[in-house]
Amino acid sequence: MRILVVGGGMGGTILANNLARRLSGDVRAGKVRLTMLSASERHFYQPGLLYLAVGRMTPDELYRDQASLLEPGIDFHVDPVEEFHLDKNEVKTKSGKIHGYDIIAIATGSRPVAEEIPGLAENAEQFYTEESAVKMFKRLRAFEGGKVVIAVGVPHKCPMAPLEITFMLYDYFKDRGILDKVKLHYTYPIGRVHSLENVAKWAAPEMDRLGITYETLFNMKEVDGAKKIVRSEEGTETNFDLLITIPAHRGMEVIEKNGLGQRGFIPTHRHQLNMEGRDNVFVLGDTTNLPISKAGSTAHFEAETLGENIAARVKLGAPVRDYDGKVFCFIEAGKDRATYAMFDYQNPPQPKAPTRAVHWFKVAYNKLYWASARGLL
Amino acid sequence: MANRRVVDARGSFCPGPLMELIAAMKMAEVGEEIEILSTDKGSATDIPEWIHKVKHEHVGTEEKEGVWHVLVKKTH
Repeated sequence: MRILVVGGGMGGTILANNLARRLSGDVRAGKVRLTMLSASERHFYQPGLLYLAVGRMTPDELYRDQASLLEPGIDFHVDPVEEFHLDKNEVKTKSGKIHGYDIIAIATGSRPVAEEIPGLAENAEQFYTEESAVKMFKRLRAFEGGKVVIAVGVPHKCPMAPLEITFMLYDYFKDRGILDKVKLHYTYPIGRVHSLENVAKWAAPEMDRLGITYETLFNMKEVDGAKKIVRSEEGTETNFDLLITIPAHRGMEVIEKNGLGQRGFIPTHRHQLNMEGRDNVFVLGDTTNLPISKAGSTAHFEAETLGENIAARVKLGAPVRDYDGKVFCFIEAGKDRATYAMFDYQNPPQPKAPTRAVHWFKVAYNKLYWASARGLL
Repeated sequence: MANRRVVDARGSFCPGPLMELIAAMKMAEVGEEIEILSTDKGSATDIPEWIHKVKHEHVGTEEKEGVWHVLVKKTH
């Protein structure tokens, strides 16, 4: 049995480690071969970018060598897939090598595409890559006051990021002693300040309390850099001195080029996580088209389900459980308070009031993540 | 009948049915219909509200066994 994991992010790494442990005997006996193909020799802790953007983490804290995170028995190659030949059960990599498989798991992730909105990439700061987060931090350091607008694209990775960056910016400017010279203005695509109704019920009064203004039903249409105005699809506009964006995302180009899914998101069964119409192709993390959060925790819980199911297929010939849509997201409510939202397909979240304890747990998780990627947490 | 795509947003608390529709609109062709399936009754009002704001067409809404089927058409 040849199992191929494509992608060395959170989902792919947790899945590969989970399988390596569940199938360690079969791997040692040569009955199972477990291979991972990734585009990078480094593993990137993406949630750290939020902190990097406000000077609370540094780039070196966000990386580990990918090989150091993997269980023995995983045949790891830095050689990204360029062609998927699903009818032949094989992929072709950048180096030209062909890898055959019996089961494949695709976890290639997503990418920000600010350039899809005219004027946005040139005129807004963002924090979804190391380079852009460092640039944003330097811009914040030099900012002496004015109107800061937060504008959000759809779909986007990390649904809590719009709120988190807004509350963290509030504390950042407060700590710099220039809050009286800054006006924070939050915009959001739907008719409340967050997708999750219960989170919105908490966040809107919090914004009112802090003097943060907001406009809902605001989907970016274009940015006029000369006039410093962002216009919405809904026909409104707002001026800015500093524009911060949570840009829209697409799946990876390799998914689109191979025709696996529109805008790079693969049609995926919501419970079994197989690609629609394929029973030996599994999809996890941001790569799915599922109507759930594009977040590390989603990839994590999907990987645990898939690890159990793929191992069960090897041992029993059938999967043993369904993915229930579980997601867990921390929500930073500033520099020193946080809460969280946990939900699944059936149960909405019931977030509690933010506390220092949850914030410090999140800070601890920023370090514990490496144990999580190893599949230990 | 116009081309129709179905967006199954049942059980979607986050990003939620309206956000799924906004994303689906980017993929749809002008003239295409999108049928959103939602288990959130709020979709029956918040989707048409947004559709009218952005000047697409709300074709209709129907509830079947606790699932709201909201049909919209991309017009521009």
